[in-house]
Amino acid sequence: MSEDLRELYQEVILDHSKRPRNLREIADASRHAEGFNPLCGDRATVYLTLDGDVVKDVSFVGKGCSISTASASMMTEAVKGKTRGETERLFERFHALVTTDPDKAGGAAPELGKLAVFAGVAEFPARVKCASLAWHTLKAALDGAQEPVKTE
Amino acid sequence: MSASAAVTAPFDVRKVRADFPILKQLARGKPLVYLDSANTSQKPQRVIDTEREVYETYYANVHRGVYEISAKAEKAFEGARVKLQGFLGAAESREIVFTRGTTEAINLVAYTFGRKNVGAGDEVLISGLEHHSNIVPWQMLCEEKGASLRVAPIDDAGQIRLDEMEKLIGARTKLVAVGHVSNALGTVNPVREIVKMAHAKGAPVLIDGAQAAPHLPLNLRELDCDFYAISGHKMFGPSGIGALYGKAERLEAMPPFMGGGDMILSVTFEKTTYNKIPFKFEAGTPNIAGTIALGATVDYLTEIGMANIAAHEHALLEYATAALQSLPGLRIIGTAREKAGVVSFVLDGIHPHDVGTVIDYEGVAIRTGHHCAQPVMERFAVPATCRASFALYNTTEDVDVLVRGLKKVQEMFK
Repeated sequence: MSEDLRELYQEVILDHSKRPRNLREIADASRHAEGFNPLCGDRATVYLTLDGDVVKDVSFVGKGCSISTASASMMTEAVKGKTRGETERLFERFHALVTTDPDKAGGAAPELGKLAVFAGVAEFPARVKCASLAWHTLKAALDGAQEPVKTE
Repeated sequence: MSASAAVTAPFDVRKVRADFPILKQLARGKPLVYLDSANTSQKPQRVIDTEREVYETYYANVHRGVYEISAKAEKAFEGARVKLQGFLGAAESREIVFTRGTTEAINLVAYTFGRKNVGAGDEVLISGLEHHSNIVPWQMLCEEKGASLRVAPIDDAGQIRLDEMEKLIGARTKLVAVGHVSNALGTVNPVREIVKMAHAKGAPVLIDGAQAAPHLPLNLRELDCDFYAISGHKMFGPSGIGALYGKAERLEAMPPFMGGGDMILSVTFEKTTYNKIPFKFEAGTPNIAGTIALGATVDYLTEIGMANIAAHEHALLEYATAALQSLPGLRIIGTAREKAGVVSFVLDGIHPHDVGTVIDYEGVAIRTGHHCAQPVMERFAVPATCRASFALYNTTEDVDVLVRGLKKVQEMFK
């Protein structure tokens, strides 16, 4: 397999895509939002329970490609327990990670932790929206958006 | 003379491939296996050379100049119209209107014929197989006019239900608009029957021929449709050029589309007299070199023979269908009795975009997504499919590389 492909489909990404974590509805969620990727028709709904300013619980429901499923799964693990501000900063870091040429990026920001496995996405511009769908949707849920968000 | 009658030599796919310089390119370091011609097709050397020759030796505006190269450009430009007339089997060259492509051709009919003839309470009938370009212009028209868009359903094989379609054609049906070949599934629709059925009830018919023109011999006079839309880029010609065929009496009765130069006979601030057809619909300086190159494309296809091309692609379709069906976990979407060289499929548990990304590394280009036909995807309850589409330059070896690549995909995501 080529190096780029191995970078994109890392073991941890394949694992999360096959066994997504927090793939469930939260019946009494304080917020939820729907996301849609018009390019591939993928949809995701993100549910949130906020305790004051802190993300107490977060989950998602939807079907997509391995990148979008793994990204949603790992996002839920990464933001649980974080404040709203921390979550938004993490999204900014993540977005920079998947859109910046790895040769110029100088490595993933340390606070990304496990999410650094998505660095390989930057080599595949057509797949950036797959990786960011759940994050855009999470942000919409935090912002209390009424309309479904789109990746374009 | 129809394209199918102009067969000159036996079909030799090796020779055909040599005409397409891009097929010598590597993709991700491997020989390019281009299976995305239903999306857009590759160009033979002759078409590339023709476009360059125009710019290098006789580029000038058409219908305006009195000097030598302008006359030469105009002759070649109008020559392309005559070539296209022959290729499509139209009665007269003035029935060929140049547009940017199929989308513009359909919009032209919606904005002129549609706005004039479709009113409140009227209906436009399409099918459940249509590409977005044969849905949205009619939706916009119906919304503007208070008319309704009716949709003839398709069956589980991806074929239009003709019995249902017939029931939907009535006195309020001002136009029936259907695709000739489905881009998403490859279904070849029974357009002769549809035209007869619609005409019997007085409804004119527009056919979206974008996916048919590169693959099937056409004779529009025999087909008797009122409008037929094609794109150059899908039939091995340049992008940004296409055509609308319309029966002369239909075109004559339609108001102009866009206003501007070339579509007028005389202009004063009080009144403009419009040009005759087809020029009435061709405002502004056209895609001159692209149009001339489209003429060269038609020559190329005519020499090879559309019947030869159709036979070659049919053999490829049968080979590919059998080879793909042998893969466990692969499901073909669209199993119509009559199909062109398109195989849409899904792999169990693997998203089409993952398939597309991985087999790209085998040098294979296929389309993955909704193919601008979201209602078709919805009908088959899939968000997207993988689609391999074949053209005159594809081989059974291309299919073998695809199948080997899909096995690797399945191995990776098992």
